[in-house]
Amino acid sequence: MENSFMIEVADLVKDYASYRALHNLTFNVRRGEIVGLLGRNGAGKSSTMRILSCFMPATSGRAKVAGFDVFSQADEVRRRIGYMPESNPLYQEMRVREYLKFRARLKGLSRAASRSRVDDVIEECSLKEVSRKLIGHCSKGYKQRVGLADALVHEPDLIILDEPTSGLDPNQIRAVRQLIKDLAKKHTVLISTHILPEVEMTCSRVLIMEQGRILADDTPENLQSHMNPDGLVRAEIAAPAEALDEWFSDWAEVKAHDIAVGDGDFFLCSLTPGNGADLRPEVFARCREHGWTLRELTRSRFSLEDIFMQVTRTDSREDEH
Amino acid sequence: MQAFLTLVRREIGGYFTSFTGYTVLAVVLLLIGLSFYSIVDKLNGSPTPIPVTEMYYQTVYFWLILLLSAPVITMRSFAQEKDSGTFETLMTAPVSDQQVVGSKFIGSMIFYGIIWLPLLACTLILRSFIDVGAAFDFGLLVSTGLGIMLIGCVYISMGVFASSLTRSQVTAAMVSFALGVSLFMASFLGTELAASDTLLNQVVKAVNLQQYMRGFATGVIDTRPIVFCLSATALFLFLTLRVVESRRWK
Repeated sequence: MENSFMIEVADLVKDYASYRALHNLTFNVRRGEIVGLLGRNGAGKSSTMRILSCFMPATSGRAKVAGFDVFSQADEVRRRIGYMPESNPLYQEMRVREYLKFRARLKGLSRAASRSRVDDVIEECSLKEVSRKLIGHCSKGYKQRVGLADALVHEPDLIILDEPTSGLDPNQIRAVRQLIKDLAKKHTVLISTHILPEVEMTCSRVLIMEQGRILADDTPENLQSHMNPDGLVRAEIAAPAEALDEWFSDWAEVKAHDIAVGDGDFFLCSLTPGNGADLRPEVFARCREHGWTLRELTRSRFSLEDIFMQVTRTDSREDEH
Repeated sequence: MQAFLTLVRREIGGYFTSFTGYTVLAVVLLLIGLSFYSIVDKLNGSPTPIPVTEMYYQTVYFWLILLLSAPVITMRSFAQEKDSGTFETLMTAPVSDQQVVGSKFIGSMIFYGIIWLPLLACTLILRSFIDVGAAFDFGLLVSTGLGIMLIGCVYISMGVFASSLTRSQVTAAMVSFALGVSLFMASFLGTELAASDTLLNQVVKAVNLQQYMRGFATGVIDTRPIVFCLSATALFLFLTLRVVESRRWK
């Protein structure tokens, strides 16, 4: 039976000379998932990725990729992964197509297969206009895409990308993120980043890492709903203040409310629901009924940033005690 | 095998896309040209029974080329990969450590072979102007070439080893130059110590590269220098492999 886990990591420990980078790390990644490793610099993301890509072994513990052990079956694992290290190192003196062909041949593709795959990835990563340029002369965005194309060229089962968007301008970041999203249709992807919106935008699951441990493991949506069960609703309504006050007070589902004076006829209302219900449809319906102007209606949610802060803060407090 | 050949091709390609490669080629060409001039000068002076290959070996240029070119050829092999980070992409591709070390060595050896080609041209030019067949015995050319390649193996493997130790190409070249010069100087030491016969003296005498090379240049293919060169090369390649593997136990 085909193993349903692409990555299995159990009790992984990595010691560098004087400190422990990974503390008994355990997690699994299923086939087809896009998982984001989120953490500050030095949280152990790159160490985890280097172990999974067979660049260095763990001190203890077990890690498997596609059912193969990264230490004893490194060759099988390497064939199945496409890895782009953090700094995206490339041979600057080679031409884009030449480099991709070299990498394809290195990864065991036949001459004919490497030619057609290189054509494919050049198309996929929109590298056509620079395919004959020296890599050293390409812009950073193109270089990043060359790195991605290299990771893809042998059609690996698992793609590991270490901070794929670092150092790019906003347009390039958007292009690279879109590319990563497209990859998810065919591959399992593990990406690391310290940029929170990136995870929110691209990943189906988030692992928050701090000091070599996993602090949270869930979908971005679940993390948000766990952290913010109340679902505070904000609305800007142009209506008599008394009417609003009366309405909110009588409304059984509203646990607490606050009305502040906004500009013009508008009032800024914040409503805290009692049982996690979504109040927005009702607010809209009532405004329409009374002909009040509704200018804004949002349900505030914690961003991953807040969650990240909250999770990592709890941890450091535990450490102190 | 495919991965190995791909790596060797990229190694050789690397020399021809880098400034270093062309610099080495140009400098060696200059030195070979100078040696050619000095040989022609000697031949013009007085008749000599010495074969041209041995005359060439007697000029200082041979050792100068060997001592200077090997560190420069090999300094980039690992140091550059480590410095630019491509070492990581290389070592996470499905290739073994042995293949990587082997390809660096073979690639450097091929380039080392290429830089000596002008010498062959010089010999052929001399031959077409001098009408003495014995001075250009084919066997002599082969044995000299063999000597150049065998001693080259030692120096190139030493350079590859030095390069694997550091991420700075300059440091790599300096370490390899220091090792190379020390080995070369041992030949002088061996000649001086010839009188007494202690163990140390025997060891020093056994690494007499100059004597080995003189043998090859006069057409003597002895097993001792062959065994010495091949085992020294194997030793340095083994050490390089250990250094490359060391990332696993650091």
